[in-house]
Amino acid sequence: MLAVHELSAHYGPVRAVDHVSLEVSAGSVTAVLGANGAGKTSLLRTITGLIPASAGRVIFEGEDITRRPVEEIVRRGLAHVPEGRGVIAELSVDENLRLGGLWRGRDAAPRKEIYELFPRLHDRRTQLASRLSGGERQMLSIGRALMGRPRALLLDEPSLGLAPLLVAQIMAMIRRLADTLDLAVLLVEQNARSALSVANRGVVLNLGRVVADEESHRLAADEGLRHAYLGF
Amino acid sequence: MSAPAIPRAVRERTLLRSLSLVIVGGLLIALITGALSSYRNLQLAYGGYYFAALAGLTVLAGLSGQISLGHGALMAVGAYTSGLLIGNEGWALVPALVAAAGVSAIIGIPLGLAASRLRGPYLAGATLAFAVGLPALADKFPSTFGGENGLTINPSMPPSWLGSNFALERWEAWIACACALIVLFVLYNLVHSGVGRSLRAVRDDEIAASLCGLHVGRNQTVAFVVSAACAGLGGGVFTVVNQLAAPGSFQVQLSLYLLAGVVIGGLGSLVGAIWGAALLVFLPNWTTDLANSFSLSTNVSHNLPLAIYGVVLIAAMLLWPSGIQGGFRSLGSWLWHRRGRRSRSPGAPADRPSAAS
Repeated sequence: MLAVHELSAHYGPVRAVDHVSLEVSAGSVTAVLGANGAGKTSLLRTITGLIPASAGRVIFEGEDITRRPVEEIVRRGLAHVPEGRGVIAELSVDENLRLGGLWRGRDAAPRKEIYELFPRLHDRRTQLASRLSGGERQMLSIGRALMGRPRALLLDEPSLGLAPLLVAQIMAMIRRLADTLDLAVLLVEQNARSALSVANRGVVLNLGRVVADEESHRLAADEGLRHAYLGF
Repeated sequence: MSAPAIPRAVRERTLLRSLSLVIVGGLLIALITGALSSYRNLQLAYGGYYFAALAGLTVLAGLSGQISLGHGALMAVGAYTSGLLIGNEGWALVPALVAAAGVSAIIGIPLGLAASRLRGPYLAGATLAFAVGLPALADKFPSTFGGENGLTINPSMPPSWLGSNFALERWEAWIACACALIVLFVLYNLVHSGVGRSLRAVRDDEIAASLCGLHVGRNQTVAFVVSAACAGLGGGVFTVVNQLAAPGSFQVQLSLYLLAGVVIGGLGSLVGAIWGAALLVFLPNWTTDLANSFSLSTNVSHNLPLAIYGVVLIAAMLLWPSGIQGGFRSLGSWLWHRRGRRSRSPGAPADRPSAAS
């Protein structure tokens, strides 16, 4: 579904993503873990074209999408939920959702489906996104990405700043999305323990390089790796 | 399924609301102009073409977040287009005005493409250069554009079915207000459509907008082109009302006045554009009266309007950052809350929107 081959990206002379390779298949969740500054967010941003790749390739559904414009990548079915949620504060919940499906026109997911997934959003559909709590914004951002009926979903730190109970809910939701919609999910998380609880695979980054790529239960069992990079 | 029916209902509601607004506005204007003096009708006509340009600019600046100091020049493009077509080619009024809007929109395409790549002061600078440079073209090609004297056209006479003693000024007010209402109708629907939502998304967060699959640059270019067409229509009407398109009317000050009018009226608000248009029509008169009453020299009195605009602009920024319309809106909501508080029984908890957890 989504394959990244030897992908690199630079911020000036600093190499943020260093020859990273990984794969995500449909219906599975791959967690990208690592400390602050490990290159997790940069990796996602390079995949969707927000940062130009300096080397390597991104293959999505058999086609090379490296260095394509962001909106084209999104329109091919690769949705990216950015860190800090990226909801449009001035638009209502409903308008934010409609924005996500705008490019699909009539083929967009019915908002009813999104509201069934996130009943909280339905209660607040006429409110401005700026009035939402952190958890609701996260739901809105994911909901908006789903409006375009993507086949792969990149999530950047969905648990950031959320209460533990809410983190568990969001993680369970991500697992359910992968299973029911057959989505390929690439989940960037600092909260390694909760990410690994729903992921099929875990990729650990350090200084932009892959230091481990294993099934999640093995990763969670590897004490050395856990202590060195994951902090639990 | 019920879900796709919702946007259609919303769309129809917006269309219906704007259509009834335009019809009521049109009837009101048709009636009011009968009671106004020729001079007031002429002022209404001025207000009409200023509104067209201001409404386009307020949508561009308020909705898409782009600043343009070149809208005076875009008005000039429309003014010269209708001047040439009506005066030299003998075109009828309506096609000439449509062409004025069209030519300005075409000029707006390269400007919009440049605008989508520029930000803030750089965009302001680029559009300012356009405003400064364009009027000089009239001098370069005096045989086509009439040089300093500009192009003059014959007044567009009221049609015979309105009666023989239908005042020319009233007819001009009708033309200008009809164009203003068309602009209002188009922009109102644009603001409340997917395009309007996309523009707000692009302004708020370009990355989030592109991650929604929106073409950021294309959206900004579309906003600029629509805005340019409105300015061009305003310029076209300018020529019809004043029977003259001359470089002196489209100096760089006009662009500054337009931007000031939009900001003082209320950025992004179509009603605010009405306040802005009123300001552009009345303020020069007031300042001239002021200058006369203090018997100032012509040097001072000529520059007084610009100085007063500056003072009003600074005052508006300090007192009412969201402009006249924003001020009215906050006043309205304040009164509403006061009334609500009074009608509630004392001691009852205030009905505040619950903060999300």
